[in-house]
Amino acid sequence: MSEASETDETRPGKFGEYGGQYVPEALMPAIEELTDAYQRYVLDNEDGFMDEFRQRLRDFGGRPIPLQRADRLSERYDREVYLKREDLLHGGAHKLNNALGQVLLAKYMGKERIVAETGAGQHGTATAMAAAHLDVPCEIYMGERDINRQRPNVFRMRLNGSEVNPVTTGRGTLKEAISETMRDWATNVEDTHYVIGSIVGPHPFPAMVRDFHSVISKEAKRQFDEQVGTQPDAVLACAGGGSNTMGAFAAFVPDESVGLYAVEAGGSSLTVDEEAGVAPNSASLSTGTEGVLHGARTKVLQDRDGQIMESHSVSSGLDYAGVGPELAHLVDTGRVHAVNVDDDAALTEFHRLSQLEGIIPALETAHAFAFLERDHESLGETVMVNVSGRGDKDLEAAIEETAKRDIDIAPDMSVFQGAMR
Amino acid sequence: MSRIPEAFADGPAFVPYLAAGDPNYEDSLRYVEALEAGGADVIELGLPFSEPIAEGPTIQSAVVRSLEGGMTPRRFFEFVEDLDVSVPLVCMTYYNLIYQFGEEEGPRPFVEKAAEVGLDGFVVPDLPAEEADPLRDACDEFDLDLIFIVAPTTKGERLQRIMSQVSGYVYVQARLGVTGAQADVSDQTTDSLSRLSAWDVPKAVGFGISSGDHAERIVAGGADGIIVGSALVDIVAQGHEAGDDPAEIARRLTDLSEELVAGAGRGFAQRVPKAERT
Ligand SMILES: Cc1ncc(COP(=O)(O)O)c(C=O)c1O
Repeated sequence: MSEASETDETRPGKFGEYGGQYVPEALMPAIEELTDAYQRYVLDNEDGFMDEFRQRLRDFGGRPIPLQRADRLSERYDREVYLKREDLLHGGAHKLNNALGQVLLAKYMGKERIVAETGAGQHGTATAMAAAHLDVPCEIYMGERDINRQRPNVFRMRLNGSEVNPVTTGRGTLKEAISETMRDWATNVEDTHYVIGSIVGPHPFPAMVRDFHSVISKEAKRQFDEQVGTQPDAVLACAGGGSNTMGAFAAFVPDESVGLYAVEAGGSSLTVDEEAGVAPNSASLSTGTEGVLHGARTKVLQDRDGQIMESHSVSSGLDYAGVGPELAHLVDTGRVHAVNVDDDAALTEFHRLSQLEGIIPALETAHAFAFLERDHESLGETVMVNVSGRGDKDLEAAIEETAKRDIDIAPDMSVFQGAMR
Repeated sequence: MSRIPEAFADGPAFVPYLAAGDPNYEDSLRYVEALEAGGADVIELGLPFSEPIAEGPTIQSAVVRSLEGGMTPRRFFEFVEDLDVSVPLVCMTYYNLIYQFGEEEGPRPFVEKAAEVGLDGFVVPDLPAEEADPLRDACDEFDLDLIFIVAPTTKGERLQRIMSQVSGYVYVQARLGVTGAQADVSDQTTDSLSRLSAWDVPKAVGFGISSGDHAERIVAGGADGIIVGSALVDIVAQGHEAGDDPAEIARRLTDLSEELVAGAGRGFAQRVPKAERT
């Protein structure tokens, strides 16, 4: 893992001025314990931790997963388009890489209980699966609004035996769920591990979660060598907290010839309603400012006073007012391009990918394809898109959101009236 | 030197907390003043942040009420100026608000303004000693205290690091978790206090204290002060919800304050002076 760990951590826990550990004192000893465990098990492979992790990713997770040439997209955009199919990972999203790594780490650390937060429900689902697989009791916090948007995933978590605790504060989305999980962790810190769901939070989470996900880009690099004979000119991934983004980028970061594009949720608009304290987007890399949120200094959506704003995206997994500190740093240094597309564009590409390639993507993932549709001409000969997850969880939301819009490529469902909705 | 050490000089200090602006600016002024009437020695004033990760449901709700009432850092400083109290005031808030204030980057403008309006110190629950240097420097420059929280889990090297940073008083967290009134108080407190016995700042214990009885036991156990938040915020919340007269709510705050002060006094009386033990 060492090459990924060195991508851009200027000092332990710091990515330039970003990162750090801004948490209540009650959590600091747990964070020190975790930092120590990260060093020993993840970086130094003590007790064969990484060997067991890789083996379980293979046998339980289904890795390696394919790098697939997308024939019709290649034709449409007149370049070679490759898909890294994280949607084929067990559970239907990249999230399992991290969830399995952290639940296993919790076991190695002797923790008896797991807590996690979830937005889209994908991280919650992956954690619930990993917890069932490794036999660790698990409780998951999820915003009430997200519970309503992602009912199938709530049921999946319950099926796997996890508790799901609704969070009613704020707008009931990921931001509030993270705060609530931190409170649980602070209360039960002695026997509990917090499986954070993205490359956010206090050190060592951003570095550790990146390392678990860096399997995506390491695998892709090897597959490009074997299958294509060249490396890609551009890598595209959608960015909420940024875990699939950094996973897809990590191994390519040292290779400056590969353009890295973090595609954020532009929501319905990039302008902010200061009065209401609402950002109608979740584009913290593109429009946010430096601040401290959930344990790290990073780019956040905040008002002039420093109050964190409510964010918005049609996809609950991108609906977060912050982003990983490493990604913020890589954008500042110019290594990663922060771009964004709006809700409408993402929804349109949700339909297009389904029709052209037979892959129903997560609404999160669809953002990366919307950027490809818009900007493919500037992306070089060979492009890789990280298909962060599949869209089964989003079908209800997609029906509802499609009905609100005039999307010419959307299927005409009017003949089924009454049968649908 | 700030005015805080004096507040601990004679007998156990009563350190109440309220969120400034809860449930609205005018009533909140009166509620804070009611704490002084009830015997407060230092008052912790919450400046609400949208993501209060260290707070339980009671204070989270207070934060929401206050923010909805239009509280901002600038309003907060006006609030402090409008207050008619003479005891030292500590601002309790989260680091992002301190960091974002003013044109210049970093905590200095916030601290300068705090000194100007007469605040005496800060408690910042999401700022551990490792990240505190810039705020510590600004506090030194303007002679304000920086109070740190010590949790039941804080041991060894971390204790040393905090000891070298803390001033005013040390906030001893009585139990793990987030803020919130408890039916009982934790016996982790005595253990925590004994770990801090060599520190030459006053030790104020908080998290879960809600009655004169609790105060008595905590002070008898060796605390130099008691910090009480959620039990007082509950009075504001319940009164507000029931539509009670703010004067009546203020009276209840004074009453509970007096009960806590009396309890702390009883606890102090039980302590055998060191000289008599030998
Ligand atoms: C399929 C999918 N892609 C992307 C994301 C965004 O998260 P991140 O940016 O951390 O990869 C999520 C989050 O739930 C997701 O479910």
